[in-house]
Amino acid sequence: MVERQSPLELAPLELELRTGSHGDFEHGIDVILSETRPGSILQLAAWPGQEKKLIAGIRTVTGLALPDGAGAGSTDGVRSVFGFAPGKFTVVDEAEGLGLAFANVVTPAIGTVTDLSHGRTAIRIAGPKAEWVLAKFFAIDFALPAFPVGAGRSTMHHDVFAQIQRTGADQFDIYVFRSFARSFWKALCHASEEVGYEVQ
Amino acid sequence: MLITCPYCGPRDVIEFTYQGDGNRQRPQPASQDLDAWNAYVYDRLNPAGDHNEIWQHSGGCRAHLKVVRNTLTHEISSVAFARGDHKAAMRHKAEGKS
Repeated sequence: MVERQSPLELAPLELELRTGSHGDFEHGIDVILSETRPGSILQLAAWPGQEKKLIAGIRTVTGLALPDGAGAGSTDGVRSVFGFAPGKFTVVDEAEGLGLAFANVVTPAIGTVTDLSHGRTAIRIAGPKAEWVLAKFFAIDFALPAFPVGAGRSTMHHDVFAQIQRTGADQFDIYVFRSFARSFWKALCHASEEVGYEVQ
Repeated sequence: MLITCPYCGPRDVIEFTYQGDGNRQRPQPASQDLDAWNAYVYDRLNPAGDHNEIWQHSGGCRAHLKVVRNTLTHEISSVAFARGDHKAAMRHKAEGKS
């Protein structure tokens, strides 16, 4: 696979990814921002009526069982999966090559596998104020009962389409288009300033 | 205005794109019935009240939705996936049951 470079590190905005503490951190760091850089980001789509076979295929390849329901998902810290639309799922793996693993499982009769590894940037926001900062960005309910761990949501921030998965009680992974990643990251940093944030 | 997407739940209207009047009946592509094509392109009910509309959740799950919106109050009384029973709905309408 072609070697990837993070859009957050490209000149002249390489300074965007400034590791360390920023904003109002004297009173504590309430948000930690990082780029997770997974090796594989896939979009899987089932033809109508083939959804259960696709979900079974995801379980075969990743070992992750998808709970029932719209936007449901799960994560084991290395691999993650969530539904983002009817019959469509995002599957993420820290390792590269997940698309090849699906090639023989998701046959053309079941659905499609689209490798978006080069097209998306994964940004993680964690900490006690993660919900609060994201609530400034997206008009959806981030409370744990409404947005349980593992679940995913498709939404947008100022026309920047974003897929969000809750990967912990106070941790979210956000997948944005690579071309928007730097401006989104910058906005996220600005929004986190008032609570004090650390870039890792 | 909130539209409750059947997949995503209640979302702000900014996430949705209006795809036009849901009452239109597209003639068969080979049809040479000019009146039918004229009606498809130009004729609109323009009701003051409940209106059948097609919306796409373009800033979310991207599903196309059949929405009934009140043009006076913006109240959304019904949202469903446009996919699947669209033809049934059209038949329903053609039989004058809508």
